[in-house]
Amino acid sequence: MRGAPETMTVLRPKSAKEAVSLYAQDTGAMPLAGGTDFMVLWNIGLFNNRKILDLSGVRDWRKISATRTSVVIGALATHAEIRRHPLILKEFPLLAEACATIGAAQIQNRGTLGGNIANASPAGDTFPPLLVYEAVVHLVSARGKRELPISEVFAGVKRTTLLKGELIESVELPSLGKRPTRQIFRKVGMRLAQAISKTAAAGLLTLGKGGVVEDFRFSFGSIAQTAVRLTEAESLVVGKKLAPSVIDEACRLMERNVSPIDDIRSTREYRLEVSRNILRRFLEGNRT
Amino acid sequence: MKLKVNGKTRTFSGSPFKRLIEALREDFGLTGTKEGCGEGECGACTVLVDGEAVNSCLIPICQVEGRSIQTVESLGEPGKLSALQEAFMARGGAQCGICTPGMLMTAYAWIKGGGSSDRAAIRECLAGNLCRCTGYQHIVDSVAQAMKGSKKEKRK
Repeated sequence: MRGAPETMTVLRPKSAKEAVSLYAQDTGAMPLAGGTDFMVLWNIGLFNNRKILDLSGVRDWRKISATRTSVVIGALATHAEIRRHPLILKEFPLLAEACATIGAAQIQNRGTLGGNIANASPAGDTFPPLLVYEAVVHLVSARGKRELPISEVFAGVKRTTLLKGELIESVELPSLGKRPTRQIFRKVGMRLAQAISKTAAAGLLTLGKGGVVEDFRFSFGSIAQTAVRLTEAESLVVGKKLAPSVIDEACRLMERNVSPIDDIRSTREYRLEVSRNILRRFLEGNRT
Repeated sequence: MKLKVNGKTRTFSGSPFKRLIEALREDFGLTGTKEGCGEGECGACTVLVDGEAVNSCLIPICQVEGRSIQTVESLGEPGKLSALQEAFMARGGAQCGICTPGMLMTAYAWIKGGGSSDRAAIRECLAGNLCRCTGYQHIVDSVAQAMKGSKKEKRK
């Protein structure tokens, strides 16, 4: 069975307001942004006879702009736009790096940040950076607006906590008070481009006086049902010096937050070891 | 709905969810664009939308209403090939030919967008285009040669 266009109904709002009102009348419609994941499944016939809410006409949701205390990325900004945007490159380079590793040029020119989030793949490469930057997702529906921390968006494999009729409007990244001493984005896949991650990591570390850790945030994607922060390792490390015993303990605590699986891309053991090595080297201050 | 295809305004009156690649091949008779994998991995179906390389197998045509599409047919024609096409011939950048239209369009977008002629940069630009026969070396050589040629022309 292939995708059959004549079985599809398409709603084509031209503004955010129209999108929200059409979606309220038809909450069963499937929102479509860049289509880089959805169309793959549609092509093999998995979504015939559906109603599509095509968001590509909602121009307001493509903008990337700065407020006094944050950068706001419209849900329909593409990975290509994000990876080369001066504000993102300067303040949130880990997100720019992540967007640069998603697919290749063709996918980056179509895929959007909002689509990546709504799709909620365990291997979504923007999620580890969004988690360490403590992004806030702005949602809108006919009932009004709502803000959700990125850590509360993912409910499981391909599931989010978005309510009926809610659309992602934008993603806000609060400015970091201080420039981190160390930061990392690292994706491990079969090849540099077009690969789905076996593991993906994002981390920030800020050292204060005497080498005491002031701030430490570390997140992994692809090694649990959703991308996760290493909450236990983080709270262990903050306030301490990075002594070998602290690093060993942080690497041990990592496993309380992650639960990698064996699948077509990797084994559980491989994922754990590679992820642990990325964390260890980051804490030891070695570039990977 | 209307859209621009290779510089001409065209009207499309079929299903809004027909994929761009099928509309190009079946409705507009532009069979230069090939479908490889149908899942956005191989890049054979690459065309430009408003100057950007995209996979035409992943785009319902309603999403390109009013936009400007360029396919491989716009690059040149027998006897009047573009520098990029000449370079592919001179350097052996094409073998079976299935990946070639996509390779050409991705490289064309890269060159037009002011991309770097550094070998590593060319390889990154072509990362979304798979070739299963000639190997990538000849293709990278072809793009590099075309870029060298266009720089020389500018200097003249």
